[in-house]
Amino acid sequence: MTGVSATQAPVAEHGGNGAVRTGRRIRQVRELGILLALVLLVAITTLTNPNFLSSQSVRDLLLGATLLTILAVGQSMVIITRNVDLSVGSTLGLSAFATGTLFVSLPALPIPVVALAGVLVGTVCGAVNGALVAAARVPALVVTLGTLYAFRGIGHWWAAGEQINAADMPDTFLGLGRVAVLNIPAPALIALAVVLTAGWYLGSYRSGRELYAVGSDPQAARLVGIPVDRRVFFPFVVNGSLAGLAGVLYAARFGTLDATVGTGLELEVVAAAVVGGVAIFGGSGTVYGAALGAMLLTTIGAALPMLRVDPFWQQAVVGLLIIVAIGLDRLLVLRAARRLRGGESRGA
Amino acid sequence: MAPDVTTPPAGGTALPPRPAGQRSVLQRVLATRESSVIGALLVSILAASLLVDGFASGRNSGFLILDIAAIALIALPMTLVIVTGEIDLSVASTLGLTSAVMGQLWVIGLPLETIAVLCLVLGALLGAVNGLLVTVAGLPSLAVTIGTMAMYRGLAYVILGDQAVADFPFSWTGGATARLSGTPIPWIALLIIVLAVVFGLLLHATPFGRSLYAIGSNDEAARFSGIPVLRTKLVLFIASGTVASLAGVFWTLQYGSARADNAFGLELSVVAAVLLGGVSIFGGKGALLGVLGGVLLLGTIRNALQLADVSSDMLSIVTGTLLVVSVVLPNAIERVRARRRTAEPPS
Amino acid sequence: MLRTRTHYGLTAATLAGLMLVTAACGGTTRGDADDSGGAEAAGEADPNAEIPEGLAISYLPKQLNNPYFTYANTGGEEAAEELKGEYKEVGPSEANASSQVSYINTLSQQGSDVIVIAANDPDAVCSSLQQAQQAGSVIVTYDSDTGKDCRDVFINQATAEDIATTQVEMIAEQIGGEGEIAFLSATPNATNQNAWLELMEEELAKDEYADIEVVDTVYGNDDDQKSFNEMQGLLQTHPDLKGVVSPTTVGLAAAARYLSSSDYKGDVTLTGLGTPNQMKEYVEDGTVEEFALWDPKNMAYLAGYAGASLSAGRITGAEGETFEAGRLGEYEVGADGEIVLGPPTVFNEDNIDDYDF
Repeated sequence: MTGVSATQAPVAEHGGNGAVRTGRRIRQVRELGILLALVLLVAITTLTNPNFLSSQSVRDLLLGATLLTILAVGQSMVIITRNVDLSVGSTLGLSAFATGTLFVSLPALPIPVVALAGVLVGTVCGAVNGALVAAARVPALVVTLGTLYAFRGIGHWWAAGEQINAADMPDTFLGLGRVAVLNIPAPALIALAVVLTAGWYLGSYRSGRELYAVGSDPQAARLVGIPVDRRVFFPFVVNGSLAGLAGVLYAARFGTLDATVGTGLELEVVAAAVVGGVAIFGGSGTVYGAALGAMLLTTIGAALPMLRVDPFWQQAVVGLLIIVAIGLDRLLVLRAARRLRGGESRGA
Repeated sequence: MAPDVTTPPAGGTALPPRPAGQRSVLQRVLATRESSVIGALLVSILAASLLVDGFASGRNSGFLILDIAAIALIALPMTLVIVTGEIDLSVASTLGLTSAVMGQLWVIGLPLETIAVLCLVLGALLGAVNGLLVTVAGLPSLAVTIGTMAMYRGLAYVILGDQAVADFPFSWTGGATARLSGTPIPWIALLIIVLAVVFGLLLHATPFGRSLYAIGSNDEAARFSGIPVLRTKLVLFIASGTVASLAGVFWTLQYGSARADNAFGLELSVVAAVLLGGVSIFGGKGALLGVLGGVLLLGTIRNALQLADVSSDMLSIVTGTLLVVSVVLPNAIERVRARRRTAEPPS
Repeated sequence: MLRTRTHYGLTAATLAGLMLVTAACGGTTRGDADDSGGAEAAGEADPNAEIPEGLAISYLPKQLNNPYFTYANTGGEEAAEELKGEYKEVGPSEANASSQVSYINTLSQQGSDVIVIAANDPDAVCSSLQQAQQAGSVIVTYDSDTGKDCRDVFINQATAEDIATTQVEMIAEQIGGEGEIAFLSATPNATNQNAWLELMEEELAKDEYADIEVVDTVYGNDDDQKSFNEMQGLLQTHPDLKGVVSPTTVGLAAAARYLSSSDYKGDVTLTGLGTPNQMKEYVEDGTVEEFALWDPKNMAYLAGYAGASLSAGRITGAEGETFEAGRLGEYEVGADGEIVLGPPTVFNEDNIDDYDF
């Protein structure tokens, strides 16, 4: 798939001043676009059914978007380095089940310790992926397709047909979704913190900006002395940990856990990132965009039943949205490239 | 135009190109991915025949072939698509949409012969949509086909909902799984072989096939050397869609049930088989024989483990590990060799 | 040059496809009469036949890691043990229509005497079950039936009428006999759920329930998250909703979890079919008053006995035949080879601690 990216002009974060400015403008246009779509969707749905903006409904919507947002942030960091992690659904399932199992087998453990252990399960999975991609130099798509099967298999084997029920977990843990500040549920605040931290890291840290350089052109990045392998490894570990965190939150929210938790989630997560303007071949996009993409996909899911649209349409609409989103990206990139060619020299 | 131009893959894997002509032809044949896949296949067939009760029987091989038929069919054009450096993740959804349309048209009362032809046309159209988005609009195929994967599956649900159409005549459903007279081999094996030969010749014995490797190795260079890159890719996506819908018609008849969720998730099995068969995900490398070996290898392992009462959890662990190891191992060997070459200059 | 070759390739591929199509020309449409592939089981029953030791009794649930079936099949294991047979449980890790087929083929290849299966799709498994039958296996369906040509007997967990009336009685009593109610079901094509929904509507049409109105039916696809979301959607779209009936265990648990943490708790009644372990918490915290279910363990136990009796020739699956089913006593084969387990059990605060599944 290098073939396609080679013909595109990736708008990188580094390089000429004009490119940086144009790149930022493109992103802003893109992110404003999603925000607009989101606002429109909410407005139309609310007009049809005023209940859509009731406090309970908003709370449910935010809770619903939490998991996908956290996963989309991690996935974006991986995609920005021109990789992909297809194993997130399996990682989430493994970590959710690990969390539940710890509560069952060691009821005396304090909740934060259990939660941390759940996150660590994800970290380990992410480190396995990252090591295989960065050190063994295996294409990420192949590695994570393999670990998608392997992690899921381990989950099934571990669960062995058992299910963990809400009654097995402490009430304080299950009540996490009911804790709210200003009517914003605690898990959504966690997701917000994740988005802001990741966004700040990518924007303000040298190593964060280098992720874009690695994704734009790995060869060039290596030549200018960026430790490419380390920059490829790190996002996988972060993404794994975030999938672990999402697993813990899943356990808290849904209470019923078995080995199939999170099946098929990977493509939804990639879709959220892509809709949010993260280029599938790396080098461009922000976690804010990805978070908006996740919000939009979740809102579509919640709005269609309210708009009395046959729920069968939901998937088709999401598919169309993905294509429109990448088409829009392409258009913006082309326009920017034309403008750059006219004015200053092409960046990166 | 040479098929073995090694471009550094995007992950940053820059291996020094292998000095040509240093090893004998036999050595080179043995060192290819195809031969190791075929070798692994033969070993696993042998091991399963010796160790697993009931594996080495005609009846069981018939079951095995029916199990992998859809994957084998779809893997053929997929190989060509991946060789050019693209990917088609929408194949399983194309299969599902074909199945849904087939069910709906049958309910309306069209004759099955007409339906089958219409379904193939539909598959070609769905493939053309992917192809046009990739070529004319210039969008990355990975993202495009994730989109159409959701869209086609969604349309399948829109058309058939969660209903199943299952009153196809027995002459057709039974016919789909019928065995070649006097053998335990289902006739679909014959179709797979015919199509494999067609796609194999196309890929390995025609200028068109060589141009696919050139595109996969370096898209831009291929364009400059006069290869109609866009048209070629469009043709491949159409072929992929058509064969996926052919598999959809077969699947529907094989299980006697047209449903929107047919073959859900099959795209990953197909891609896994193709990659296991030694096709590089970055394009430019791979052979059809290896892919057939990959499909059969996964099918054999699955079938043998099932017969040995190994639970399905182990199946996915084995599949996943095999996929990763199959790529890590040759990479590691290559790197050790490269290091040795730099340590002592070749004689 | 290149172009011609491309065209050759395409033409060849298309031809290969068309060959398949034209091979059987003649125009087969839906109206045509068709011979069904099913073969009727024939032969005489011998009620005194000995059940041989070492019968291979294999259970093939909808999905392997499904706790409902994991629990149910402990009953199967118990039956196999009592019958001195060999118990085995196999199955796919995901419950989709075609995934069971290769497991049926494997069991048939292994020469399993009895195959007890809960079908994911009544049609997709049919032809492979018939092949297994021809190869000498006895086919018993439990929980979810296939077409009656594809199996010997079906263990019906409870008659649809019993399930429907039990649920209607529960909801009517709990909402005080009047108000809006809705259904949260599994998938729109789930054979069981649809039959129950239809019968519940019929039951509710009776005069005694005239004040109860069904305002909506939604589908959670037996997926925890989807059911959770659908419950949420139901309560938001229908502000006057008095009660929800969820005739599926996944749906009921998810709905209860949503209800227990929402503002609607206490105002909206929830009942349906659920497992005691999943529902214990919500019965204790007052979200749910009572719900019902059959004992899946007994269902699988009965299936084991029915299969062994068929395999030994004690019964042939014909209507009116009777057989002993261990601790459950005597059962009779009904019309179409159906064997009914019995009326569902209602669980509430008083008895929920007596069950562990």
